Amino acid sequence: MTSVFSPPGFDFSNTLRNNFFAEKGLPLPKATSTGTTIVGCLFEDGIVLGADTRATEGPIVADKNCEKIHYITDNIRCCGAGTAADTEFTTALISSNMELHSLSTGRKPRVVTAMTMLKQMLFRYQGQVGAALVLGGVDATGPHLFTIHPHGSTDKLPYVTMGSGSLAAMAVFESGWKANMSREAALQLVKDAISAGIFNDLGSGSNVDACIITASHTEMLRNVEMPNIRVQKERQYGFRRGTTAWKTENIRSLVVSEEVTLLGTGDEMDTT
Amino acid sequence: MVDRIDFQQLKAGEVNLGTSIMAVQFANGVVIGADSRTTTGSYIANRVTDKLTHVHDRVYCCRSGSAADTQAVADIVHYYLQLFSQSSGAPPPVHTAASMFQKLCYENKDALSAGIIVAGWDKEVGPSVYNIPLGGGLFRQPWAIGGSGSTYVYGYCDATYKEGWGRDETVEFVKNTLALAMSRDGSSGGVIRMCVITEEGVERLFVPGNELPKFWTGTEVLAAPKTKVVLDPQVAPMVVE
Repeated sequence: MTSVFSPPGFDFSNTLRNNFFAEKGLPLPKATSTGTTIVGCLFEDGIVLGADTRATEGPIVADKNCEKIHYITDNIRCCGAGTAADTEFTTALISSNMELHSLSTGRKPRVVTAMTMLKQMLFRYQGQVGAALVLGGVDATGPHLFTIHPHGSTDKLPYVTMGSGSLAAMAVFESGWKANMSREAALQLVKDAISAGIFNDLGSGSNVDACIITASHTEMLRNVEMPNIRVQKERQYGFRRGTTAWKTENIRSLVVSEEVTLLGTGDEMDTT
Repeated sequence: MVDRIDFQQLKAGEVNLGTSIMAVQFANGVVIGADSRTTTGSYIANRVTDKLTHVHDRVYCCRSGSAADTQAVADIVHYYLQLFSQSSGAPPPVHTAASMFQKLCYENKDALSAGIIVAGWDKEVGPSVYNIPLGGGLFRQPWAIGGSGSTYVYGYCDATYKEGWGRDETVEFVKNTLALAMSRDGSSGGVIRMCVITEEGVERLFVPGNELPKFWTGTEVLAAPKTKVVLDPQVAPMVVE
């Protein structure tokens, strides 16, 4: 006999039902996932973030030029991989809370604050919110770069990658990253890392987005590299006119002609 | 209504601290140590992880199990110990910190996979080490090992540990134990991080991955073949563009 009282906390009883449905050949609908390459890298005076621009729904490319570098504050940005809706809404929520937090404290926002808010939220949802993030920024305490996994664990490293293309991108970082790189060298390395993801990972593709954050300025470089531009087709594949034979020809006028007859006596109001 | 769902297994895609961790007490302090590997499946998500986590001035913990769970628990204990020291006006005893960990680990045992070693120094009892394994028990021990790599080195620890060591001998013991565990456990590796916690302060020690203590490596037995291998001149190396 089932109890009329429900225990406190989350109710996971639907998992059994859903597993049963899946067994009977009725799987749950899949969310749009950004099978992604996102990276971040420390350099001499700040952080460079990078992302590809492909969004997928299973084998279909849902968006060929989406934006995966999300705004948190002026000096903090966050790259998102995983479930597109979850990365979009968690970063938007934390961005909103960061603004309110800096208004209430009267201080400039810090990267660790955003990191703590994100990890506590993701931990509360026990991995159900599928957001895998690269968080980077510069604050009063210097430049900071974090990865945040969907279950709420965080890592602080000088160079990071995430998403399905993270292995390809990490290979580039592991062979090319040096401490105290120049702005140009760091941007080039990030472009190379994202390109490695675009060309070697099926889940990633299209263009390279980058974002350079320093103590004084944040520069968003949308589509800084476009290695997959659609070119004019070399041949026409349309059928020539008259390819299809016909037996009869019938041309009809689709314009309905009507005649308006005025019924007035001549003394009605002039409405022209 | 479902009675119970299995939460014990690590959730899909969860970041795991397949780990070797250790803490040993000596006359006037404790030495804690850990490897630096964090894995997601077969991928190393972080090769220079710091699993020795500060929870108060003289109290640290070594984390093993789920990275998310242990970080969340350590953050909560860190917060409570700040409240404790502010309201009582004195640094917290190590036992107090260990009890906070134990309470969280025991009461949420269904939802957590966290094996934690708490170690530190306080003025009431001096140095102490507490082990909190998976179910949420609390055990004071002169030395404790934990994580997936620990199973390989219980025998070594039992055979080697002696009471009355000084700082340097204890550091060597921790370093050697972790190197042995890391060499046998695929989920452990990278570098060794250690902390020496005494009344005076906390000293951090670092052993790079290419300077780990070496033990029997097998090279003496599996020596190079006696006959020299001569390449057939007819076989040309494959041309690669």
